[in-house]
Amino acid sequence: MIQQINSRVRQIPNWALYLLGAVPVVWLYVQGFQNALGPDPVDAIEHRLGLWALWLLIAGLCISPIQRNTPLRLLKLRRPIGVLAFMYVLVHFLTWLVLDVQIPSQIWADIVKRPYVTVGMVAMLLLLPLALTSNDWSIRKLGSKWRQLHWLVYPAVILAAIHMILQAKGFQLEPMIYLVVVLVLVGVRRTPLYLRR
Amino acid sequence: MANRWRNTLTTADVTPEAMFLNRRQVMAGAAAMGLGLTAAPLRAATGLEPNSYEDITSYNNYYEFGTGKEDPARNAGQLTTDPWTIKIDGLVEKPGDYVLSDLIPQMTTEERIYRFRCVEAWSMVVPWNGFELADLLDLVGVKPEAQYVAFETLYRPEEMPGTRFPVLDWPYREGLRLDEARHPLTLLATGIYGKPMPNQNGAPIRLVVPWKYGFKYIKSITRITLTDKQPKTSWNMANAREYGFYSNVNPQVDHPRWSQATERRIGGGLFARREPTLMFNGYDEVASLYEAMDLRKNF
Ligand code: HEM
Repeated sequence: MIQQINSRVRQIPNWALYLLGAVPVVWLYVQGFQNALGPDPVDAIEHRLGLWALWLLIAGLCISPIQRNTPLRLLKLRRPIGVLAFMYVLVHFLTWLVLDVQIPSQIWADIVKRPYVTVGMVAMLLLLPLALTSNDWSIRKLGSKWRQLHWLVYPAVILAAIHMILQAKGFQLEPMIYLVVVLVLVGVRRTPLYLRR
Repeated sequence: MANRWRNTLTTADVTPEAMFLNRRQVMAGAAAMGLGLTAAPLRAATGLEPNSYEDITSYNNYYEFGTGKEDPARNAGQLTTDPWTIKIDGLVEKPGDYVLSDLIPQMTTEERIYRFRCVEAWSMVVPWNGFELADLLDLVGVKPEAQYVAFETLYRPEEMPGTRFPVLDWPYREGLRLDEARHPLTLLATGIYGKPMPNQNGAPIRLVVPWKYGFKYIKSITRITLTDKQPKTSWNMANAREYGFYSNVNPQVDHPRWSQATERRIGGGLFARREPTLMFNGYDEVASLYEAMDLRKNF
């Protein structure tokens, strides 16, 4: 059974993963064009893309603990998941910039003045070099520095979860749960459970 | 009712085909409720069209039913709004539990088409049905010492799933200064588009203060208290730096989360352009209430 899953995963071509990963964002925009996202499609797209980005980042953080602690071999999925996560962050950001805020002077003011935007922005900028170096050539070129660079994913995802808490109004449960999940996934990397094998 | 506020926007301002149907519903609904709306004279379009009934009733902030915009429409159906009593107490001549169905026939219900500006920098235009809060205050008799009006929303966890988590310190509370409460623009609304107030919009009765941000328009009111002290208000209690007691619409005073200079009109689709936000949401007639005040400090 596990063997079967592992060999299936190995067989999936990368282009298929990217294609599959693009379905939600394309679908959201198709619905947006058709006015099928309720009275405020901009808000709906912005929020759902933010959630997709966070889900993908969390999925990416799950791969290596699974690799170390179970017989499942999913490592091959990590790069597509990571690159797709960045794509969702980027479209989330562009939706905010182009369709929501619109006004150039206000965009910069929002980035420096609104803490939840500032934190989101830092998270996105931390992810940028990781997305750019998610290819075989960069891994070869950077050698041991590649690992050091990709350590940045941890602060980036923690900041993304904090961004979600900051944008929520009142005292809400859901963003807290996301932060706890993220902290556990980052924290587990320092425990003996993880260092085993 | 000598100098009542006169509506400058009416459903007759609206011409698009989609609205035509809604207008017929308005008339039918109004007739059914016995509101006796007379045919409004045709006027040149003001450029402001009410949002559709669908928009107004499917995009709501009503955290007692969940924090998502669609949650209230999904979860508020189970709310029992009949019978409904409002406890009116504090500095009034005739305190008591007022049964809403006895109260409404004593009030002058009319249609008011107002701009609605949410603190989250979006806006709508809503055709409310309701009566002036001032008329209710006159009915119960306000004692001369009273300076503020405090309001409370129903708190009934069995029917309000959002209240099972302390997103805010329930019950929801709001307040107005007495002169704001007495202003002829200030309504207690009991309907939209001539239909009874939908649960997700704050059935059966809610406040409408069109020159303030939407969170001041407290919903499903169960208690009105006249006091001599500024009442506590829910969002101010949750985050005093972000939400002031006054919360007048003011494009010059930014909220820490949103620039308030512009707004996005709901219903304009994916590419709706931002529009400038107007001081007091365009209701300049209230400016005199705040003449001596620094509106940056008293935001
Ligand atoms: C790693 C990067 C980011 C992630 C994972 C992320 C994720 C999220 C999530 C999960 C939400 C809440 C969605 C919901 O609960 O419905 C959200 C909201 C939002 N994000 Fe991001 N975000 C990121 C970066 C950014 C950036 C760079 C910007 C803009 C500069 C931004 C702007 C927003 C806005 C405007 C909202 C909605 C706030 C509101 O409606 O009040 N985000 N984001």
